[in-house]
Amino acid sequence: MTITEKILAQAARRDEVRPGEFVTCRLDLVMANDITAPIAIEEFAKMGAARVFDVEKVVLVADHFTPNKDIKSATQAKLLRDFAREQGLTHFYEAQTGGIEHIILPDKGLVLPGEVVIGADSHTCTYGALGAFATGVGSTDFAAGMALGECWFRVPASLKFIFTGQLSKWVCGKDLILYTIGQIGVDGARYMAMEFAGPVIENLPMADRFTICNMAIEAGAKNGIIAPDDITLDWVNSRTTRDFEVFNSDRDAEYAEVYEWDAADIEPQVAFPHLPENTRGISEVGEITIDQAVIGACTNGRLEDLRIAAAILRGRQVAKGVRCIVIPGSQEIHLAATREGLVETFLAAGCLVSTPTCGPCLGGHMGVLAAGERAIATTNRNFVGRMGHSESQVYLASPAVAAASAVTGRICGPEDL
Amino acid sequence: MPIHGKAHKYGDHIDTDAIIPARYLNMTDPDELAGHCMEDIDSGFVSKVRRGDVMVAGKNFGCGSSREHAPIALKAAGIAVVIAETFARIFYRNGFNIGLPLIESAGAAQGIDDGDEVEIDLESGVVRNVTKGEEYQFAPITGIAAELLEIGGLRERVKRQLAS
Repeated sequence: MTITEKILAQAARRDEVRPGEFVTCRLDLVMANDITAPIAIEEFAKMGAARVFDVEKVVLVADHFTPNKDIKSATQAKLLRDFAREQGLTHFYEAQTGGIEHIILPDKGLVLPGEVVIGADSHTCTYGALGAFATGVGSTDFAAGMALGECWFRVPASLKFIFTGQLSKWVCGKDLILYTIGQIGVDGARYMAMEFAGPVIENLPMADRFTICNMAIEAGAKNGIIAPDDITLDWVNSRTTRDFEVFNSDRDAEYAEVYEWDAADIEPQVAFPHLPENTRGISEVGEITIDQAVIGACTNGRLEDLRIAAAILRGRQVAKGVRCIVIPGSQEIHLAATREGLVETFLAAGCLVSTPTCGPCLGGHMGVLAAGERAIATTNRNFVGRMGHSESQVYLASPAVAAASAVTGRICGPEDL
Repeated sequence: MPIHGKAHKYGDHIDTDAIIPARYLNMTDPDELAGHCMEDIDSGFVSKVRRGDVMVAGKNFGCGSSREHAPIALKAAGIAVVIAETFARIFYRNGFNIGLPLIESAGAAQGIDDGDEVEIDLESGVVRNVTKGEEYQFAPITGIAAELLEIGGLRERVKRQLAS
């Protein structure tokens, strides 16, 4: 069996599962945010549920339209806060304890290897970087999960992506996943598990692994997953004392397809509007001027991402006429970035440094685009209207490319500075 | 009862940001959401859609965000069923969870044009294109999806489970 099959089998109390089978699994964690939880809280009541299945295992995070961008958003955030208090939830995050859901859940040790997690947010697949099975669902599935502590799944077939060779300078996890999506397309892994492996992945720090699994959904996948190794265990053990189980794919595990790529052939990637599959190597981008650069999001708002951006922006200036918005992924990351001097570097370079929020990634607030404007962003989606007006454009790239582009005012890599 | 309505046709990879832009996710009322359905890619959709109409699209319909607001907006706008070559998986779950039937049929998705009048019999698995006089078969909906449609969605299923 693959790692995904083993985790689902264990959670379904079965010895074995096969792709295509329907199983009901116990859930280790269910999560929702300020735009998906409001519908779920209403559904939860309409289901006739009184109490959540476990106050330790239901997580609510107000992060999309926070700090509240308008009265309607404030009302939604209040709904979460009130529900968390009524139910006595251990884990409700906002403001001083808060940040972007897919950054803070792993950082707080709430997701561990081998666990089964559903989240009412498509980027819940991020946690697969820890060797967990984590997948996005809608509000009603989340409400059912809160009520029952279980969820049905169709066991996905798995695709394996093996990266060999050496990464070139400035090439990171974001480039590997953009390259992958460019190769297989936005529905290339539809309904399937994407398992990432090989020597390149084994040497990647957790930040890059989270970025890779974060964007599995952009290829249509049910989950992304990386087998836990020493890097994973060091990371997890510094954050929790809870027990967990490590699963690995068997040598004879069956895959629908195995892809093997030499990382040395991959240069920094840019996904052109309006699909994440429209990727090009940085050398093939051409002359594209930008109005805005966004560095942050659940994809690339980690301290390691900010360090890379700061290394490029240190001693340089954001191009005239460009708004460069840097968004640390959590309060803790913001504080650490401040202590390391990264925030000062950003401010000195002319960047705007925002409080943690999903904000501009989904055209919510804190950096919405006007008609005709173009942005380079470390976010994960570049659909029509994603960051604002339907006639605006979003190009996806790594923190290194976004920071370099902010300096020149056109899309470029750090080598072009 | 067969579904009978006009087809509203779109292309491949219609994402949930296109179905309901994120700037409207600060509200949950189905009718309010329906008022903005599809507006970034088809500003005329809301004024031309009628109750019982059918949405037809290509591959990977509903990709992107997990927002249940997307099927909710389509249903409240009057869409009785979505036909596509393929669906993105979270949208597929969400559709049946809220009682919006989804049909995977490459034949129907390719054969039906915008404005065609179509009739659908979910039980027998037939889509009839009245305008063109064509018929397309699809595998009837079975299993959990069929159960959800029959009882009116996941809410009802959980309600029964909690009561038992």
